[in-house]
Amino acid sequence: MTSLPRYPSEKKLGLVIDLDTCVGCQACVVNCKEWNTGGYPAPLSDIDAYGAAPQGAWLNRVHAFEVEPKDGNPQIVHFPKSCLHCEDAACVTVCPTGASYKRQADGIVLVDEDRCMGCGLCAWACPYGAREMDPGVGVMKKCTLCIDRIYNEALSEEERQPACVRTCPTRARHFGDLADPDSDISKLVAARGGMDLMPEMGYRPTNKYLPPRARREGRTGEAPRALEPANPEGGFLAWLDRLLSD
Amino acid sequence: MPDGASPDRPIDLSRAPSDEIKPSTCYMCACRCGIRVHLKNGQLRYIEGNPDHPVNRGVLCAKGSAGIMNQLSPAKLAKPLKRTGERGSGEFEEIEWKEALEIATNRLSKIRKSDPKKLAFFTGRDQSQGLTGWWASQFGTPNHAAHGGFCSVNMAAAGLYTLGGAFWEFGEPDWEQTKLFLLFGVAEDHDSNPIKLGLARLKERGAKIVSINPVRSGYSAIADEWIGITPGSDGLFVLSLCRELLRAGKVDIDFLALFSNAAHLAIDNPGGGDHGLLARNEEGAPLIWDRRSNSPVAFPGDCAAPAMQGSFTLPDGRKTVPAFELVARRLDEDSYAPEAIAERTGVKPEIIRRLAAEIAEAAFVNPPIRDELWEDAWGREQRQVIGRPVAVHAMRGVSAHANGFHSCRAIHILQLLIGAIDRPGSWRYKPPFPRPTPPGQKPTGKPHQVVPGKPLPGPPLGFVTGPEDLLLSEDGSPQRIDKAYSWEAPVAAHGLMHMVIANAWRGDPYPIDTLFMYMANMAWNSTMNTGGVIDMLTDKNPATGEYKIPFIIYADAFAAETVYYADLVLPDTTYLERWDCISLLDRPICDAHSAADAIRQPVLRLDRDVRPFQSVLLDLGARLGLPGMVKEDGSPRYPGGYADYIVNHERKPGIGPLAGFRGTDGQSHGRGAVNPQQLERYIENGCFWRAPIPEEAQHHRFANQAYLDWALDMGFIERPAPILLQFYGEIFQRFRLAAEGHGAIQPPENLRARIARVFDPLPLWYPPFEDESNDDAAYPLHGVTQRPMAMYHSWHSQNAWLRQIHGANRLYIPEAVAAAEGIADEDWVWAESRHGRVKAQARVMQALNDKTVWTWNAIGKRAGAWNLDPRAPEATKGFLLNHLIDDLLPEQGGYRFSNSDPITGQAAWYDLRLRVRKMSDAETLEAERADGAALPRPPGLQPPPGRLLYRGGEEGAAS
Repeated sequence: MTSLPRYPSEKKLGLVIDLDTCVGCQACVVNCKEWNTGGYPAPLSDIDAYGAAPQGAWLNRVHAFEVEPKDGNPQIVHFPKSCLHCEDAACVTVCPTGASYKRQADGIVLVDEDRCMGCGLCAWACPYGAREMDPGVGVMKKCTLCIDRIYNEALSEEERQPACVRTCPTRARHFGDLADPDSDISKLVAARGGMDLMPEMGYRPTNKYLPPRARREGRTGEAPRALEPANPEGGFLAWLDRLLSD
Repeated sequence: MPDGASPDRPIDLSRAPSDEIKPSTCYMCACRCGIRVHLKNGQLRYIEGNPDHPVNRGVLCAKGSAGIMNQLSPAKLAKPLKRTGERGSGEFEEIEWKEALEIATNRLSKIRKSDPKKLAFFTGRDQSQGLTGWWASQFGTPNHAAHGGFCSVNMAAAGLYTLGGAFWEFGEPDWEQTKLFLLFGVAEDHDSNPIKLGLARLKERGAKIVSINPVRSGYSAIADEWIGITPGSDGLFVLSLCRELLRAGKVDIDFLALFSNAAHLAIDNPGGGDHGLLARNEEGAPLIWDRRSNSPVAFPGDCAAPAMQGSFTLPDGRKTVPAFELVARRLDEDSYAPEAIAERTGVKPEIIRRLAAEIAEAAFVNPPIRDELWEDAWGREQRQVIGRPVAVHAMRGVSAHANGFHSCRAIHILQLLIGAIDRPGSWRYKPPFPRPTPPGQKPTGKPHQVVPGKPLPGPPLGFVTGPEDLLLSEDGSPQRIDKAYSWEAPVAAHGLMHMVIANAWRGDPYPIDTLFMYMANMAWNSTMNTGGVIDMLTDKNPATGEYKIPFIIYADAFAAETVYYADLVLPDTTYLERWDCISLLDRPICDAHSAADAIRQPVLRLDRDVRPFQSVLLDLGARLGLPGMVKEDGSPRYPGGYADYIVNHERKPGIGPLAGFRGTDGQSHGRGAVNPQQLERYIENGCFWRAPIPEEAQHHRFANQAYLDWALDMGFIERPAPILLQFYGEIFQRFRLAAEGHGAIQPPENLRARIARVFDPLPLWYPPFEDESNDDAAYPLHGVTQRPMAMYHSWHSQNAWLRQIHGANRLYIPEAVAAAEGIADEDWVWAESRHGRVKAQARVMQALNDKTVWTWNAIGKRAGAWNLDPRAPEATKGFLLNHLIDDLLPEQGGYRFSNSDPITGQAAWYDLRLRVRKMSDAETLEAERADGAALPRPPGLQPPPGRLLYRGGEEGAAS
């Protein structure tokens, strides 16, 4: 089996995903696909692409769930899901060949495809279902946090972000160092009560989710529950005369 | 090898992602975002949003990101096709362009020399309507429109006739300052990335988002409050809000008096030919009543004391009432009370009352106010700029009903009542809007204007202001094939694309010779009564053996369903292979702060024998000798195709398709001489141009002299005159008076009552026509569709990535309905309307209006179309709700009207009423077998690859 880094990584690069603003548009899903099919994990293959059962490797997917609160209207929550780059990454420790590994430098979990034999144990071990067996190539694919973007000196400073973060139209995705309490995303997590996904499982995921803000279905500000008629006795437009005679 | 000691393995982290980056403009939907296209070894490596572009500011949606697979699609047409078998058989032969253009030229030339009306030229979602409309008018046929009649013309027309602007391309919310945002029935491909960026900004700022939509998906999912309204009742809901605001006096009466016709005096002369028209003085200026002098004055007059209610007799004896009072009395009717509308809208009275209170609070309590001296265009000095931070966005959900025009207008009445028009925090215009209410261009195509061999004197589409502007033949029957601008659809600003095939097939009002369509999948998802339309396309005249629609030319880039019904197919390029312009003459991409336009450049070299449709159209125009397309010596005026036209065409002196980098030195903007280097300048600038609007010109643009002067400078308007907001719809009263027997041009008897009813100068709600004749016990449910954010129209089923996201649509059914019918997730059901039935698989949903079912639009496909495997889920499990929607209303007095809005002619396809029924086991078996006949693969298309191992140009492509 494969070991995790001996010491915790000095950086914990990861994503913070805002469930309050995700509209489920799939922009991150497809932009991830197009970057990565030509990037570090290339290709992300698709089989039966124009047939009865098309199926491809995607490193990021968005699911939608319907929830019905006890009081209030039913809600839809869109839930983007990719590798959470766990500190205790079961996908790494289960790997029989050393293909799966977690980087010391930044905590990113990667697959070294040359060593992957496609046994699929890591997918079984991942509690989040975040790994995908490439159906055309037969090796395991996963989110790399766009490792070929974030350090890429051929890209401008602003471009050195994961593709999903750059493209998100509702700015629901954020990237940074979650080990640094002063990083923008650490502050965002603190301010918005960012959460671990299934913390009870003990894998200590790096990525965090910002919960939906409380929906304000009731009154805003000081607004009353109903407006008072301006002229209960004087006719419905009597307020107008008063207004205009001022 | 397990290795925990030094886990970091060498990776080339700085590999250059591409050899070359070319800017262009996306065309994966109608949003038109700026893109940067990365190429590696000549292949598409990556498409990303352009961070500098005003539309998307660097973000890109799922569709745009899937552009690579659009280019790789095996459904791309490869060469012109000529039909050899029967229509619909898919039997074609490949022909050379020379032959294709000769066939088209010969046919069209004969039509033009005999009766230009016999050409119906309709385009779909193209973004070159500036060219296509001009081409039609140069040809001389009035029978031209794009797809707006099937989409959102109610929204556009109601806005233009009321505010001189509407939503999406016309205006946008003030995302930075609004406190309360009302979002109605949006189509998520309309302005998609700007709205998403805006919603994020509202969330960041803590503004409240209220979504009024039968379905809580997409944007509605993140709204603070979801009001799951019953389809077709939006207008009722909005007018009830107006009523509550009005009764509480929460109305911006100063704004209405200053900038709208609310204080104008309407003539009170029941039965008279001037009843309900606005009183004017001898110079034609509208009159208001000055309460101080107790006498009429010409607007604007002294607005400090205009009467807003009362009864006033003019010196000439005419009795009048301020328009405001008429509107107020309408809104005060009991039928708009919250209790009265609860049943129809599905919205509880307390919610209406509370929302009205929230609107009033947001609009009037501590609004943003800044002291700023500005002169309005009537010469009145204004001392402040007052905000009204309530913003609205609405789209097709409100539009696509037979009461859609008035429902859209009701939204503008609400905005007007609280003064939330182009002020800080409110909805704000985008240039070149506001335009006059309505814009001055009248439709052309009256009998004397349609002359063999001659162009029309103007564009086919425009804005009528009275019965005299209608396009009627000598006997009063419709002059256009789609009956636009007839008494059946007098204000048909975008035409009625959805009626062209049915009318041409019937020969009503007359038969045509050639139907020429571009990018309009009318044999499938861009039509109502899909099965019937397919029959019409293949129906023959038994006497002659000729097709009832004799000749069909179709241009498209892909093997869409409609290709199979064409006699001649002109294959188009993809958006990455051609020049295009996103023009202010067409559908602009400006924002509230700036004017903008853009181009597409060919990013990839063509690898098949296809041509850009716009260049083909110019070529055809030259072959036909259309005046604007040939020089004096008869040679083509634009031999360089569309790029040549984009640079060198001038609609008026100094005004061309592109507003940027004009003048010989490229320094002029808006107006300016032709710049031969214009396209190069656009490319250098990222393929777009943007001109900021001066700060002082960014509010009250309808009457802001600084703005109007700027707009005149830029060439957006012809004179810097103020634009009066139409709180009272006097134009509509003109049509009503005709219906009541006044004037020389009157509707036929069978339309009088309908015209008199719906042409109301006051805000109005009436039930959708389908509801009026519906048997509620038989068809208790409403049916609507939505456009998925990751899919655009029918185009994207050939996209290997997007079809993995939306490959088979389900019918979403409210929990209570599903329980009553014993329906569970994935069950096969019949959806049945008075018109037909389709099979569908069910998905039970809670966040849904309890009388509504819905599905994703245009996912279902004909088996074999789009070069998909006939067993593709799009064909076996996907379905189109269109099959259930009749294109005609039930018979009334011996006549069946179009299933459309009676004012604009917009297709009323969201008025569908239906029921759902669980299939029996035997039916389910039958449904799952799905072994219907498949369309064959047209010549030139290859069997699609099974497996894609796309590496973005790294080493080979598809395998």
